[in-house]
Amino acid sequence: MEFFKIRRVIPFMRHALVFNIISLATFAAAVFFLAYNGLHFSVEFTGGTLVEVNYKDAAKVEAIRETLDKAGLKGEVQNFGSSRDVLIRLPVVKGQSTADVSQKVTALLKTEDATAEVRRVEFVGPQVGEELAEYGALALLVTAVGIVIYLWIRFEWRFGLAAIIANLHDVIIILGFFALFQWEFSLPVLAAVLAVLGYSVNESVVVFDRVRENFRKMRKASVPEVIDSAITGVISRTIITHACTQAMATTMLLFGGPALHYFALALTIGICFGIYSSVLVASPLVMWLGVDRAQFVHAPKKNPLDDKNEGAVV
Amino acid sequence: MNRFPAWKYALIGVTIAAALLFTLPNFFGEAPAVQVSSNKATVKVDAALLGRLEQVLKARQIATTGVLLDLHGLRIRVADSDTQLKAKDLIEKTLNPDPQNPEYVVALNLLSSSPAWLTAVHALPMYLGLDLRGGVHFLLQVDMQAALVKRLESFAGDLRTGLREKNIRHAGIAREGQTLRLRFRDAKTRDEANSAIGQLIPVLTLAKREDGQDFMIVATLKPEALKNEQDLAVKQNIVTLHRRVNQLGVAEPVIQQQGIDRIVVQLPGVQDPAKAKDILGRTATLEVRLVDGEAMRSGSSFNVDVFPERKRDGSVSAVPVKKQILVTGDQFIGASATFDNDQRPAVSVELNETAGRVMRQATRENLKHLMAIILIEKGKGEAISVATIQGEFGSRFQITGSFTPTETNDLSLLIRAGSLAAPMEIIEERTVGPSLGKENIEKGFNATKWGFVAIVVFMSAYYTLFGVFSSIALGVNLLFLVALLSLLQATLTLPGIAAIALTLGMAIDANVLINERIREEIRGGQSPQAAIAAGYERAWGTILDSNVTTLIAGLSLLIFGSGPVRGFAVVHCLGILTSIFSSVVVSRAIVNLTYGHRRKIAHLAIGDTGWK
Repeated sequence: MEFFKIRRVIPFMRHALVFNIISLATFAAAVFFLAYNGLHFSVEFTGGTLVEVNYKDAAKVEAIRETLDKAGLKGEVQNFGSSRDVLIRLPVVKGQSTADVSQKVTALLKTEDATAEVRRVEFVGPQVGEELAEYGALALLVTAVGIVIYLWIRFEWRFGLAAIIANLHDVIIILGFFALFQWEFSLPVLAAVLAVLGYSVNESVVVFDRVRENFRKMRKASVPEVIDSAITGVISRTIITHACTQAMATTMLLFGGPALHYFALALTIGICFGIYSSVLVASPLVMWLGVDRAQFVHAPKKNPLDDKNEGAVV
Repeated sequence: MNRFPAWKYALIGVTIAAALLFTLPNFFGEAPAVQVSSNKATVKVDAALLGRLEQVLKARQIATTGVLLDLHGLRIRVADSDTQLKAKDLIEKTLNPDPQNPEYVVALNLLSSSPAWLTAVHALPMYLGLDLRGGVHFLLQVDMQAALVKRLESFAGDLRTGLREKNIRHAGIAREGQTLRLRFRDAKTRDEANSAIGQLIPVLTLAKREDGQDFMIVATLKPEALKNEQDLAVKQNIVTLHRRVNQLGVAEPVIQQQGIDRIVVQLPGVQDPAKAKDILGRTATLEVRLVDGEAMRSGSSFNVDVFPERKRDGSVSAVPVKKQILVTGDQFIGASATFDNDQRPAVSVELNETAGRVMRQATRENLKHLMAIILIEKGKGEAISVATIQGEFGSRFQITGSFTPTETNDLSLLIRAGSLAAPMEIIEERTVGPSLGKENIEKGFNATKWGFVAIVVFMSAYYTLFGVFSSIALGVNLLFLVALLSLLQATLTLPGIAAIALTLGMAIDANVLINERIREEIRGGQSPQAAIAAGYERAWGTILDSNVTTLIAGLSLLIFGSGPVRGFAVVHCLGILTSIFSSVVVSRAIVNLTYGHRRKIAHLAIGDTGWK
C-alpha cells in the first residue's frame, strides 16, 4: 500500500507567504480570544474546591444550586459526563476556612438526597494555585529555551529559532481554542500542551534533517528548491506518523472518559496544527532567516602553514 | 551487513526476558489481606508476633495463603474477602484487647497474588496512584513563622536568665518579627553581653546598633540554624502525623516532606476524608507531674490521676500521679536522644525558662521521688517516662535508665510529638472514591488498548511484514515501559496511563521514519540488503534528534511539574527512552533475523515500492 505516490517535488516555498499569512491570522485570532475571553482555569490554578457527586437518578442541578446558595456557598453547579454526575466548583472566599468547604457541601447534599455519593473532592489553597501557574509558565520557558539550544548545537541557530517560533505559535493556538470555547484548562492539559510542543518540534527536526542532507546532496539547487524537496521527501512520513499519534488521541477522546477529555482535545488540536506549522511555517522562516548551503557544506580547510599570520604573537 | 553478532541477539533476548519477568506480577491481580503494623514506637512487629498470629489463626481454622513481613509491617494473605473480615476481627481481638488503647494497627489491604518467587526477586506490580485506587491526598503546610517565633521567644527567656546569672544588666529583651532586640544602658555592658551571648547561644548572629540613648544588640538566627529549625519543625510534624495516621488503620500511608515546609499525606483506601482531617488536625499535649508514692504503694486512687505505663517487657502498670501539673507541652523546647557522661543512652530535654524555674523548685523538694512525663492524645493519657529525680535541675535535664539507643530515640520522638509541633494547615486535598478509581483504570486501559490496535492494524496493512515488525517493536516498547514502571515502583496515575498511550503513539514515528527511508532507498535503486542498512542508518540521526527534543519537554515537566503533571512526565520520559531502544534495536534485530541471513532477496515485504 502506498498513499503518497508523489513523483514531482511540490513547490511549497512558492506559497510560503500564503502559509504564513494563514498562520498569522490564526495566531492573531487565538491571541484575541485569549485576551478577550481569557482561559477558564481549573481549581488547580485558581484555588478553590471541586466536588464531583454521583446520584442514583438524574441529578437536579437547579435544586443543588439552591441548596448551596442557601448555605452561603456560591459556586458553579453543572452536569459532568452524564446526567447522574454533577460537578460543583466553589471559589476560594477570603476569610472563610477553606479546607472544610468540601465537608459542608457533602453534608448538605447527603441530607438533601441520601443517594448522593461523593466521587471526587479537590481542594487547592490559593497559594498552591499561584505556584502551579508560575511553575507551568516556567516549564514552558525552559522547554522552549532548551529546544532552541539543542537545535542550535545540532543544526544552526536559524533552525532553533524557526522551530520554536512555529511551535510556540501552536501552543498559543491550542490556548486560543481553550479560550474560545471556554474549555477547562487544567494541569493535565498543561502537560498535553508541553508534550505537543516537544512532539511538533520533532516534526520540524525531521524536515530540517532532510534540508541539511539535501544541501549536501543537491549542490546546484537553490535554497527554496532544497527545502521543497526536503518537505516532499518526508511528507508521507509526517502524515502517517501524525495519523498514528492522532489514533491514540482519538481513542482517548472516545474511551478515556471525562477525566481525559480535555487532555485528548489539547493533543488533537496540537497534532493537527503541528503538521501545518512545523512544516509549512518553520521551513519558510528558516528560509527568510537566511539559511544557506555554506552553513552546512564546509569549504575545504586551508593548510594552516599557508597562513602567514598563524602563530603570530603581539 | 544486516547481521548482528550472536551476543547482541542474546542481549536483546535477555532484556526482553527480564522485562517479561518484571511485567508478570501485573497479571496476577490482587488478593485480600490483613495488615498488622505497630501503633506505638515501643511496640515492634516481628517474627515472634507472626508465629503467634499464625497459631491463633490455625486454632480458629482460618486458612492463610501467604504471609509477608517487611518494613510496612506484617501482611497475611487470605483467599477471599469473607475470610479477610473474619481474620481481621480475630487478629484485632488478639492483639488489641483494649480497643480504647490499640497497640497495633490492623487494616484491610490488598496484596499482589503473584507467586512468592516473583516477590522474592522484587518483581512487584505497578504502584497505583490515588486516582486509580481511591483514597485521600492532603498537602499540609507547616507554619514556619510560628515555629521560629516560638523558638525566638524561648531564646529570649534563656537570655534573660543567662545574663542575670552573669550579672549583666540589660534594659529590656524583646522579640520584634524574626529578630531579638536587647537594650543596654552603656556600651561597656553591651560589649560584655555580646561575648556572653556568643557563648550562651552560639546559633545567633549578633549586630550592635545605637538607638537614641540606648545601646542595642540585634540578634537573628544564623542561616544554618534557621534551616535546622525548619527541618526539625517539619520532622516533628511528620512524626506526629505518623502516630495519628496509625489510628486510622490505613494499610499503606505515605507521609513525606515536600519542599522546605510542606508535608504530603496520602491515605489509600480511606473513604471518610472528614474523619481523616479530624484526626490529622488533632493536637497532642504533654504534662510533667509528680508520681504519688503513697498511692502507688497502697494502690488507692484517691485524689490522684492514674495513667497506664508500658514497661519494657510489654506489661502495663498503672501510675498514679498528683493532680498538680508542673510543666505542659508548650513549655518544652527540645528533646533529643544523646548519651550521658558515662556513655549511656539518654534523652536530653530542654524546657523554657518559666518551666525551668518550676522544675528547679519541684526537684529540690522531691529528691529521690518519681516524676512522670505523660503524653495526652485524643483525651487519653499515657505515661511515656517514669524516672527517679536524682538531683536538683532546671530547664535542661537528662532522662537516663537502662535504655538502648533505639529506646531513647523513640522516647525523644514521643516527647516531641506531644509538644513543639508547629501549626499546620491543609492547603490541598484530593479525594477519589473507589468506584471512580476503578473506572479510571478501565477507561485509561481501554483507550490505550484500542489506540494500540488501530496502530497495529494500520502499520501491518501499510508496510506489510515490516509493519508487523514495527508493531512487535511497539509491543516490546510497551512491555519495557510496564516493566520499568513496576521495577522502579513509580506511581502510576491516570495522566500516567495517558502518557503510556501518547508515548506509544509517538514511538511509532521512529519505525515510520525507518520504513519510509527503506522504501525510498529501494525506489532509489538500492539492493534490498543495502536499503535496510541505509534505512536504519540514515533514520537514526533523525530519530535521535526528534526524541531529544521531546525529552527536553518531558524533563522540564518532570522538574517543574507537581501532582498529575509529574505522574505524566515520569511515564513520558521513561517511554521516550524505551522507545528509542525498542524501535531501533529490537526492530532491527527482528529484521536482521528475517532477512540478514539470506543470500538473495528478490523483494522486501515493505509495501508498495514499485512506482517511480
